[in-house]
Amino acid sequence: MALKKVKGNFERMFDKNLTDLVRGIRNNKDNEAKYIAQCMEEIKVELRQDNIGVKANAVAKLTYLQMLGYDISWAIFNIIEVMSSNKFTFKRIGYLAASQSFHADSELLMLTTNMIRKDLNAQNQYEAGLALSGLSCFISHDLARDLANDIMTLMSSTKPYLRMKAVLMMYKVFLRYPEALRPAFPKLKEKLEDPDPGVQSAAVNVVCELARKNPKNYLSLAPVFFKLMTTSTNNWMLIKIIKLFGALTPLEPRLGKKLIEPLTNLIHSTTAMSLLYECINTVIAVLISISSGMPGHAASVQLCVQKLRILIEDSDQNLKYLGLLAMSRILKSHPKSVQAHKDLVLACLDDKDESIRLRALGLLYGMVSKKNLMEIVKKLMMHMERAEGTLYRDELLTRMIEICSQNNYQHVVDFEWYITVLAELTEMETSAKHGCMIAAQLTEVGARVAQTRGFAARECAALCARAAASPPRAASREVLYAAAYVLSEYCTEEDVMRESISALTLCASADAGGPHMRARAVCVHAALKLAAKLLRAFELRGDRRSVIAVLHEILAGVRPLLCSEDMEVQERAHNTTALMSLVLRRLQPADPALADAPLEPPSDTLVDHEQSNGLEKNENGEINEEESSKSLSGGLIEEIVSLFEGELKPVAPKAQKKVPIPADLDLNQWLSRDRWSSDSSSSEGEDEGTALFTAPQVDAKPVTQFTPEELQMLREARRQEQANNPHYLKDDSPRSYQQDDIPIAEIALEVPLQVQSKRSDKYLITRENSKKAKKEKRPSKKRKNKIERHFSESDSDDGADRVGRPAVAEGGELPDGAAPSDDEQSLHDDPHRALDLDLDLPLREEELLSSRIQQYPLPESGLLIKKKESKKNKSSEKRSSEKSSHKKKVKNSKRNKEIDLMLPEIANNNDLGDNLLIETGEDNAPKNDLTIDDASDKKQREKLKTEKHKKSKKDVKDKDSKKKKTSKKDKHETKIGYEEALGISTPSKEVI
Amino acid sequence: MIKAILVFNNHGKPRLSKFYQYFNEDMQQQIIKETFQLVSKRDDNVCNFLEGGSLIGGSDYKLIYRHYATLYFVFCVDSSESELGILDLIQVFVETLDKCFENVCELDLIFHADAAHQVLDELVMGGMVLQTNMADILCRLHEQNKMQKAEAGISAAPARAVSAVKSMNLPQQLRDMRLPDLPQAIKDLKF
Repeated sequence: MALKKVKGNFERMFDKNLTDLVRGIRNNKDNEAKYIAQCMEEIKVELRQDNIGVKANAVAKLTYLQMLGYDISWAIFNIIEVMSSNKFTFKRIGYLAASQSFHADSELLMLTTNMIRKDLNAQNQYEAGLALSGLSCFISHDLARDLANDIMTLMSSTKPYLRMKAVLMMYKVFLRYPEALRPAFPKLKEKLEDPDPGVQSAAVNVVCELARKNPKNYLSLAPVFFKLMTTSTNNWMLIKIIKLFGALTPLEPRLGKKLIEPLTNLIHSTTAMSLLYECINTVIAVLISISSGMPGHAASVQLCVQKLRILIEDSDQNLKYLGLLAMSRILKSHPKSVQAHKDLVLACLDDKDESIRLRALGLLYGMVSKKNLMEIVKKLMMHMERAEGTLYRDELLTRMIEICSQNNYQHVVDFEWYITVLAELTEMETSAKHGCMIAAQLTEVGARVAQTRGFAARECAALCARAAASPPRAASREVLYAAAYVLSEYCTEEDVMRESISALTLCASADAGGPHMRARAVCVHAALKLAAKLLRAFELRGDRRSVIAVLHEILAGVRPLLCSEDMEVQERAHNTTALMSLVLRRLQPADPALADAPLEPPSDTLVDHEQSNGLEKNENGEINEEESSKSLSGGLIEEIVSLFEGELKPVAPKAQKKVPIPADLDLNQWLSRDRWSSDSSSSEGEDEGTALFTAPQVDAKPVTQFTPEELQMLREARRQEQANNPHYLKDDSPRSYQQDDIPIAEIALEVPLQVQSKRSDKYLITRENSKKAKKEKRPSKKRKNKIERHFSESDSDDGADRVGRPAVAEGGELPDGAAPSDDEQSLHDDPHRALDLDLDLPLREEELLSSRIQQYPLPESGLLIKKKESKKNKSSEKRSSEKSSHKKKVKNSKRNKEIDLMLPEIANNNDLGDNLLIETGEDNAPKNDLTIDDASDKKQREKLKTEKHKKSKKDVKDKDSKKKKTSKKDKHETKIGYEEALGISTPSKEVI
Repeated sequence: MIKAILVFNNHGKPRLSKFYQYFNEDMQQQIIKETFQLVSKRDDNVCNFLEGGSLIGGSDYKLIYRHYATLYFVFCVDSSESELGILDLIQVFVETLDKCFENVCELDLIFHADAAHQVLDELVMGGMVLQTNMADILCRLHEQNKMQKAEAGISAAPARAVSAVKSMNLPQQLRDMRLPDLPQAIKDLKF
């Protein structure tokens, strides 16, 4: 037997080991995949051997191949075999392979439970350490549940190496098995004051990670950390603690006040940049949380900003980066002090390092004012032209739009300039995503700034013309969507409209922008809208020839689209053709353009309609131009224009959600059939427009003739109905484009020939000139709406500019009675959610970890959790109700009774030995109940003890203990500090 | 928390990878590739922090890296880690490797990736910094290697002999670059 083993060993000696494998791969660079496939086969053979050494060798090779991207999950069983070897060498190989390839959802993980437990309890600390390191990479919920107790035992091991690793490991256990947090927390707290600095540091690390996600539960630890901060010299730990304080201060401003002084001292004294930086960061967090009213507040801000300036001016790019990062944090609360260093930030925009430029861009948000917005945007446009990375370009464009649109376009004085910038951005090579952003801006400016609508429409007309001339790129395609809308909605100039109709129909044809352009249907619609507006304009003037010309033009433009492969384009084209040929037929029944018109003229309906309008009928089409203008088309054009009436206003993002449910709406009630049918016949879908097209044979309603008064009444009634209907856009304001004729400086719309200067530059130059002129006398005007302006101080001298700034409509429409708010919270999956537990509540029996006994969860364990939840809820309810002080007395007396009852129990337990909770855990199943009881009592008594020492935690615990009927520790506190504890929620006042 | 630690050479070949959050093998390779592309196009005199990297993390995550001769050491961390602290941690890692391999070079990592993993395991555990004191780390490693040696004993002698023979022609292949800037980098230590 032994001989066979030696022989096997000898044979295997010539197997490839890891070095051979690596060398082989390097020598077979050309056909690496083939070589590795061959090696895989060899490895599979080796794994079938009995010799553990051979297997370990194979697993080591597999680990290397895993790094190269080969899936080795098929070997999970072999890896477990190697892990379970007695030899440390093989264990190391096995655990390494496991940590690289296992994960929480791996199959067969349950096979490892007992093996890992054995390793955790090994004599040799390195074996246990190895198991901990490996386990930290692949721990699953089941493993965490079953091994939590063992790892907790290791937290009080005599070897600091193991304590350290076990403490870190507990964090992973908490993540997978949140139920372990409360029972393990007292021990974790204990480790914060461990004699070994490594263990201390590990404990700080874990608490920091926990507190980062749920800071409020860890406020009670502040005194401990404060002590650590003032005594420790370990920079690693200091950094972590200071970061932790940064997370805690927003919840407890008093803590911040205490912190400022030691942190300022650290800032002055430390030589370690990393520590300095974190100190500044936390001071910033403190300053944000207190905001003002603290002595030396301004000095602290100043100190931070100065130190950051030093960092930013440093030659080390890393410090520069971090300085900018921290600056952006100050910016939010103290924009003024950051703006003093505008020069620095602007200089960073030209840095060669992209990371730094990105950071500086982030800061720009607070740097702009009315004065410098144009310059900054010009600079960014130049960057945009030569930026090569898409990430940077993305960021540039986003930031540009952000700084311009921030605070309802607070800094934009000249909207014509802004629209020109948007148009220029469209011309640049950008992605479709950017197109969408620019498009959104175009529509928004159009909707909000009534004064620039005319200009915007002209600019959009130019955009459409360009798109029609040459196939648009990705970005322009998206912008076209908005441009067509803005153009048709706001255009008032006849020339522009006239030219745009054919451009729009061209844009809508497939070869202009590819088949998937969503703007195409909008273009058709826009063309119709423009045509309708034009027709009315000509009709009012009585210009019959122009009317017919326009009709011909649009009919010709739309004709190719009648058989477009895009459904929506086709449909809209048909609509347009039908509408336009109706008008044409009325004017010129014999027109050749009508030859292919699909619709038969519903002449009798029309006639009736006309009569109802009280207009003179002239069937021969010989219209005297001197006659009333409406008779040109017999009111038809007016009807068509009314299809597009009403201004579209910005709608608040949450408006839909806020629409109140009507009181009489019962969704559970059956819809009665007859009601349904009667509703549909008079539904809101019917319009005056549709009435035009109802073919006589379909029309069920008898055509009645109304007197003008009746018609007026009906119209009024319909308007009323529409006003109450949430699906209609309210038509309470007259169309603005009809009356606004803002004096606009004449601008050559053609793209300038010289490439160097941008069109938008012109605005900058004129501004600068006017500024010079204004410099002599500058009227100091008070702004009316100070509240909405966040950076009021910075541009107080911009008052002069405000005169020319057009009004910007704010906010969006909301249903009546709804207030804008953001109460909606995004829900996402986060393991830390489950760790949001109240750690100051005393432990209950069912929470204690006794994994050895309960290998598998009891059937009612699910219930336990629920019970816990409901208890917690109750307790929090109580907490709030506690404030009503008249109930206090009743409770007090109740509690005293409880204490009396519990006293004997405590006395009984006093003679328990020093056996630790974990040792009792090792007992067998039959003793289960008893040990848990002991352990819980023991725990609570321990808590009691520590509590006496740490008075600082008293008040918080006190509050909690009140609600816990089972807690026994109240006795002490009720006498000492119950009354005063009521109003105080945190211990920070006793920090020092 | 540290999400991943990657070491790759100037051509993007992985030399060591450790993920503290699970990604399957294909994803791991993609992450390495993407990280390499992000990092390799940066000059040596720009800052060592990188945002972005769509595959790993998100806005909360940063890539913090150092470039030593032929190797990039990249740590992907979230906002709970101190940026400069991680830079120092990379320094400690490299220095420890240097001590373990006596003048570490890329070849050491190629042939002894397992040993490098052992060093890393003493430095970082489950994504959290375990130990930053180099003397302590070296002491732990030494003790573990001693255990391993004691186990090997005589039975491993023939295997060692064979592998020594196999390695005879190795020096000829040692063409890869050393880490010449390491002493300077050690001097630059800021922590």
